[in-house]
Amino acid sequence: MQLSESFFAARFGITEHDLESYLSEAMSRGGDYADIYFEYLSTSSIGLDESIVKSATQGVSLGAGVRVLSGERTGYAYSDDLSPEKIRKAARVAAHIAAGPAKTLSMPLHEGPKRNLYPVLTAPTETAFAERVELVKRADRAARAYSPHVFQVNATYADNLRQVMVATSDGSLTFDRQPMTRLNVSALARKGDGVPQSGHAGGGGRVGLDFFCGERSPEDFAIKAARQAVVQLDAVEAPAGEMTVVLGPGWPGVLLHEAVGHGLEADFNRKGTSAFAGRVGQLVASPLCTVIDDGTIRDRRGSLNVDDEGSPTQRNVLIENGILRGYLQDKLSSRITGLAGTGNGRRESYEHIPMPRMTNTFMLAGESDPEDIIRSVPRGLYCSNFGGGQVDITNGNFVFSASESYLIEDGRLTRAVRNATLIGNGPESMKHISMVGNDLKLDEGVGVCGKEGQSVPVGVGIPTVRIDRMTVGGTA
Amino acid sequence: MNGSPGSNGNLLDLAAGIVGKALAAGATGAECVIAEGEEFSANVRMRELESLKESGSRGAGLRILIGRHTGSAYTSDLSTEGLRRLVESAVELGAITTEDPHAGLPDVSELGAISGDLRLFSDDTAGLTTERKIEMARAAEGAALDADPRISNSEGGSFDTNLGRHVFANSLGFAGEYRTSSCSISAVPVAREGDSMERDYWFSLARGVAGLEPPEEIGRKAAARALRRLGAVKVETQRVPVVFEPRTARSLLGSIFEAVHGESIYRNASFLAGKLGRKIAAESLTVIDDGTIPGLFGTSPFDDEGVPTRRTPIIENGVLRSYLLNTYTARKLGMKTTGNASRGITGNAGIGHGNFYAQPGDATPESIISRIPDGFYVTELMGFGVNIVTGDYSRGATGLWIRGGELAFPVSEVTIAGNLNTMLMEIDAIGSDLEFRGSTASPTLMIREMTVSGA
Repeated sequence: MQLSESFFAARFGITEHDLESYLSEAMSRGGDYADIYFEYLSTSSIGLDESIVKSATQGVSLGAGVRVLSGERTGYAYSDDLSPEKIRKAARVAAHIAAGPAKTLSMPLHEGPKRNLYPVLTAPTETAFAERVELVKRADRAARAYSPHVFQVNATYADNLRQVMVATSDGSLTFDRQPMTRLNVSALARKGDGVPQSGHAGGGGRVGLDFFCGERSPEDFAIKAARQAVVQLDAVEAPAGEMTVVLGPGWPGVLLHEAVGHGLEADFNRKGTSAFAGRVGQLVASPLCTVIDDGTIRDRRGSLNVDDEGSPTQRNVLIENGILRGYLQDKLSSRITGLAGTGNGRRESYEHIPMPRMTNTFMLAGESDPEDIIRSVPRGLYCSNFGGGQVDITNGNFVFSASESYLIEDGRLTRAVRNATLIGNGPESMKHISMVGNDLKLDEGVGVCGKEGQSVPVGVGIPTVRIDRMTVGGTA
Repeated sequence: MNGSPGSNGNLLDLAAGIVGKALAAGATGAECVIAEGEEFSANVRMRELESLKESGSRGAGLRILIGRHTGSAYTSDLSTEGLRRLVESAVELGAITTEDPHAGLPDVSELGAISGDLRLFSDDTAGLTTERKIEMARAAEGAALDADPRISNSEGGSFDTNLGRHVFANSLGFAGEYRTSSCSISAVPVAREGDSMERDYWFSLARGVAGLEPPEEIGRKAAARALRRLGAVKVETQRVPVVFEPRTARSLLGSIFEAVHGESIYRNASFLAGKLGRKIAAESLTVIDDGTIPGLFGTSPFDDEGVPTRRTPIIENGVLRSYLLNTYTARKLGMKTTGNASRGITGNAGIGHGNFYAQPGDATPESIISRIPDGFYVTELMGFGVNIVTGDYSRGATGLWIRGGELAFPVSEVTIAGNLNTMLMEIDAIGSDLEFRGSTASPTLMIREMTVSGA
């Protein structure tokens, strides 16, 4: 694609000359590097509650963010108005981080290699509303039909289409069109006058509406949510203390996101504030563990053709057979440390400074039969689903909340237990992984990762794993 | 962007104009929010400037009604064409939502704004040079780095300001606006001794620079907090009294807010649903929501539906007195709005709190701790393990072990668990140390017994 054929040229008349003049302004005080991120984001969402479509919203936000790097310093300014004078003003403000003579640019701008990991011809955001409204209605009907105990269903459908363009002072120009879709269902169940219980499920990705036509139908997510709520009705108190924990495949991969992923982001490591700092080449996990961050998996929620700094995403091996191999880089950290880029520079929007972030983070499959893993545990906890997690990257402690789990007694799953938080220490817990299943599964595609106030979509995945020792935060 | 109103354009007229356009396009009711903001942020790390960010933005949100159908839209494009599309998008959606008998604007009689100077805006940040702002960030971080040789690293010090203007107009004739300002200083030092590395933070937040704690004090407090975590151990699993310091007690207030949130109540998705007038907490607990206290961060003259804010007792001497409602949830429950409608520029009005706090008691935190032979003093909580539907509570925790009535040694990698129904009834002591550092606040709270899960 030429700039002249791009969304931003067609819509806003932006020319190559404009981009060069903005970048020159950004480098006018001698920065080492500058870039401009243009974003046009269209969103829609539909909310169903009590079997009626109560809300529907659509909107647009657009703007451009200008960044200037000078040594380890970053200057940043943005404009929600794409007129030349406003962007030039943002460039001038960002330029103030540097103090020196103007730098010349490496021009003309040239485009990097192209690929399309999410070839969605018509993004859901561009379709008529009727079909999308039907998704939440179908979810509602299916959740209610699942069990007479289900008394409330809430379904939210949301999609967006992000057009981006990144121009950099080292002469690169990239474009991307990034669709995103997601359906979330939550259900409440109750027996008589008893305490209600809730269940949640959902899925999506960088996909078209046909995603919901196969086995990932609204009915599938609705039944998962309803089943989780109903299972909880008979759940017993969660145990307290250290025990063996088995994680089921898929979403429990949030373990990797919290226990190692954040701690391997290059900004924390070059600053020496992560528990993993300076440990490349060392054993930080059981030799059964190989952990990957891969932004190139087709259609996935965490995937990107190019990251938010215009660098192509790639498949990065973080931990190989237990040995720490490398960190997740953005341009700033990669410039400072001299290490190769990994395509992990991401930002929430044009109002935000990019930083190293995960994409799709998962563990490669091992050789154990998942059934054997459960059979190997005399007493422990099996977690098949999780809510969110959090980590303190400095001491390495992390938590996640089990939203569906079962006691393991004599190698068999017995009673469902109530929600509980599990806590561990990243480098320590990963060494306690003693069995890895052959059943790697990626999550359904609803993950959101927060860091320093910025949210970005991510994916996780894991096969069934056995962790010999972890603290379970129940009451029994 | 042709036709964009200048930065001094009258946003109140613009909002009223958007409402008028919506009515002209077929809406039977409409409300419009415009938010405008300017942000500045300076970060210093290891005494060197690390980043500067400065920008402004604005956006408009529109909700329309066509009879009892609602639709909403938002945009950051305030050009003539952008606004035309905003109105068209919202009206289009009115056709796809279901008729909802409870949907609608507030009653005209409920609209209004509280009067008087709420001190939400202070212009003393306008006179500060960028150099001075960087200096304050540097001073906060510097004081942390200088506090002790074991503070050998840092995630930095920062100085931030935000200036905002909030405008609201609806088709019932309400139109109002107010300006806000805030500034904050923070420091995030890292302490290290042997294999133990710990990070903590401290911050100060105020409407104007004059209200901030001195940067050096912020740095020293942050350093002391990081240092006291060094060498933390995991304790045995046991049931003991748990004391929440104000910073973590705040999060319990946050859970109470979620549990009295009108949407959770009418959906029966709260452990407090249906319990108005019943004793749900220890007699010593009184919780207030007050959106009218001048200068604080939960204060505003009117809510996001144009209803005046007010003081609402939530829990009085342990008895549940009120939920927090907007117009929609009030109609669902056959009640009156409490003036707690809250929204950004996207979507419909949800529910937010004003200044939501627990009234302080008489005891100093030291005297509360001194009565505990063995217990856990919680200084940080992790994760999302609070289930508002059931009240089940299980969160990661960091803090100090209480032994013989004193803070004895640091503890980490443990969880604390219980159920909020019981925890609220078992609040055995409330500190005298209430202070507002944001819109939820709590003094020190002691809970008789919780499960601490560790080794």
